[in-house]
Amino acid sequence: MRKVYRMEELDCANCARKMEDAIRKIEGVENVAVNFLTQKMTLQAEDSRFEEILQQAVKICRRVEPDCRIIL
Amino acid sequence: MKKKEKRVLVRIFAAAILLAVAALLPLEGFWRLLAFVVPYALVGWDVLWHAVRNILHGQVFDENFLMALATVGAFCIGEYPEGVLVMLLYQIGELFQDFAVDRSRRSIASLMDIRPDWANVERDGALVQVDPEEVSVGDIIVVKAGERIPLDGVVTDGTSALDTAALTGESLPRTVAPGDAVISGCVNQSGLLHVKVTSEYGDSTVSRILELVENSSARKARYESFITRFARWYTPVVVIAAVLLGLVPPLFVGNWSDWINRALIFLVVSCPCALVISVPLSFFGGIGGASRQGILVKGGNYLEALAHADTVVFDKTGTLTRGVFHVTAVHPQNAAAEELLEAAALAESYSDHPIARSLREACSCELDNRRVTEVEELSGRGVRAVVDGRTVCAGNQKLMTEYGSECHKCHRVGTLVHVSIDGQYAGHIVISDEVKEDAAQTISKLKELGVKKTVMLTGDAKEVGEDTAQRLGMEEVYTELLPAGKVERVEALLEGKTENGRLVFVGDGINDAPVLSRADVGIAMGAMGSAAAIEAADIVLMDDKPSKIPLAIRIARKTLRIVRQNIVFALGVKGIVLVLGALGLANMWLAVFADVGVSVIAILNAMRALYAGK
Repeated sequence: MRKVYRMEELDCANCARKMEDAIRKIEGVENVAVNFLTQKMTLQAEDSRFEEILQQAVKICRRVEPDCRIIL
Repeated sequence: MKKKEKRVLVRIFAAAILLAVAALLPLEGFWRLLAFVVPYALVGWDVLWHAVRNILHGQVFDENFLMALATVGAFCIGEYPEGVLVMLLYQIGELFQDFAVDRSRRSIASLMDIRPDWANVERDGALVQVDPEEVSVGDIIVVKAGERIPLDGVVTDGTSALDTAALTGESLPRTVAPGDAVISGCVNQSGLLHVKVTSEYGDSTVSRILELVENSSARKARYESFITRFARWYTPVVVIAAVLLGLVPPLFVGNWSDWINRALIFLVVSCPCALVISVPLSFFGGIGGASRQGILVKGGNYLEALAHADTVVFDKTGTLTRGVFHVTAVHPQNAAAEELLEAAALAESYSDHPIARSLREACSCELDNRRVTEVEELSGRGVRAVVDGRTVCAGNQKLMTEYGSECHKCHRVGTLVHVSIDGQYAGHIVISDEVKEDAAQTISKLKELGVKKTVMLTGDAKEVGEDTAQRLGMEEVYTELLPAGKVERVEALLEGKTENGRLVFVGDGINDAPVLSRADVGIAMGAMGSAAAIEAADIVLMDDKPSKIPLAIRIARKTLRIVRQNIVFALGVKGIVLVLGALGLANMWLAVFADVGVSVIAILNAMRALYAGK
């Protein structure tokens, strides 16, 4: 399954890169792109565990940049 | 300017004044420290707060942390004005950077501003504005003058001129009348149009284009992955170097505060932001600029490959030629020209083949089907029918031999339709496809751009293919190919090319999907409204002009040039400042410039990619 989420206050390009790196390491993630320019995250992951993976991704984003929110 | 940015600006001004005051006041000891801490806290409290918060989250090499460490370090070694100034400059730089990114984001967004906001639907006799997503297939929508067509459909009522510039880069308006297909994203310039919707919003041309461009950043070019990998190592390495620089040399030579100052310079320079932001921004700008010209690129990697194109392979029909057949000559024998054409057209009157259609078009008189009986299609040879009581055979040489009619070749190049009436040869008709206006120019421009080889693949007869290729000035031509043969040819060409060169295949995207995906870069043209072509190709041309290919190569090369400039510039400046800093020749101001100043310049440079191809 592939879904696109809007992000708010993603303020730095390097943070987007860090998020992308960390989310890619979650088990079950097939592909992920955190786009600083469009302020969007494209997450592609296993269907059965998608919700769980998404929650982990949200947590990672909060750790890297606390002000940044993913609009679910 | 956003509210947040305004607040930062006010803080910067206030802190600058306070800093000047602090520098002028004749204070000593603790009071002097306090006088400098006030402007420092005013301008940098958010950086300090973010630094602390990120440390708690385990983010060590964060920009805020590095900047906080560098400035607090400056205070520790007694360089109060330096500490405040660095923070001040950093904030100014960040503000500029936010501003530049915001601007570029907006100009890219406005470029992609083809998303329709509403659709007018007639409900209960009144026109209502609804979300395009709520409209279903078969609904009739009304598009007023000046409005954007929200969904793909067919005109049922009204005529108008459509502005397709946002989709194709073509400035000439296209006129539409009832029965014509229209695609979403075009702007209705004059009349009122009623359009019957043929696809839902999610499948419409606009959504597909937007999705394609927005997802383009997922396919990264080699330069982008290089930068990502580089950034992963750069910061930790520079920070470790800073620690070593601040601790090791003073053990031997003393002078702690000087060495710590040098270490702090390293910390300031250690953020990879300029690179991490400017390289993807350049590619995004290039892709955005290309889309403005009606060239949709599915990812930075394809832009990169296109810049290195050295072999361009074209499919013939529909790509270099119009794919529309016309009768170009009638050579009668034992019959009048009119009679020959009429007999052939009537015999073919039940066929829907492009050749049959061109025969009917060429016929000036009214064609009455009732004159034709006993029609028999002979596959691979032609057709036999009884016209006005006479047996007419129309087809290729094989058919003539089969029916015992002598026929001869023609000096004209094209597809030949031989005709015999009651077993007697009546002559032949030459039908050929028209070469597109800009085809020859495309080939010569490609050569100017340094493309080594242009190749034509076609399923057409040898003479036809070779003649066209020769007229266009193409190096190689392979004729009489079946679809599988085209794949084999492309594979052979891929084997034969140089290691750094890339092979580009250009087709109309209808039945060449396997070749499109086999080539390094597959370009589908004339793809307005064809989902299959958009799916199979790496680059999609919205209109059917081959001249967009040299343009695409130029845009790709300019984008790559900008990317390289940015990498060399950012790494160069940072490298020089690191060396100067280690030698004690750089001050903190220069370091701040190497961080945020370089970022801003790189962003501005990246934005040039948006205007490539202009």
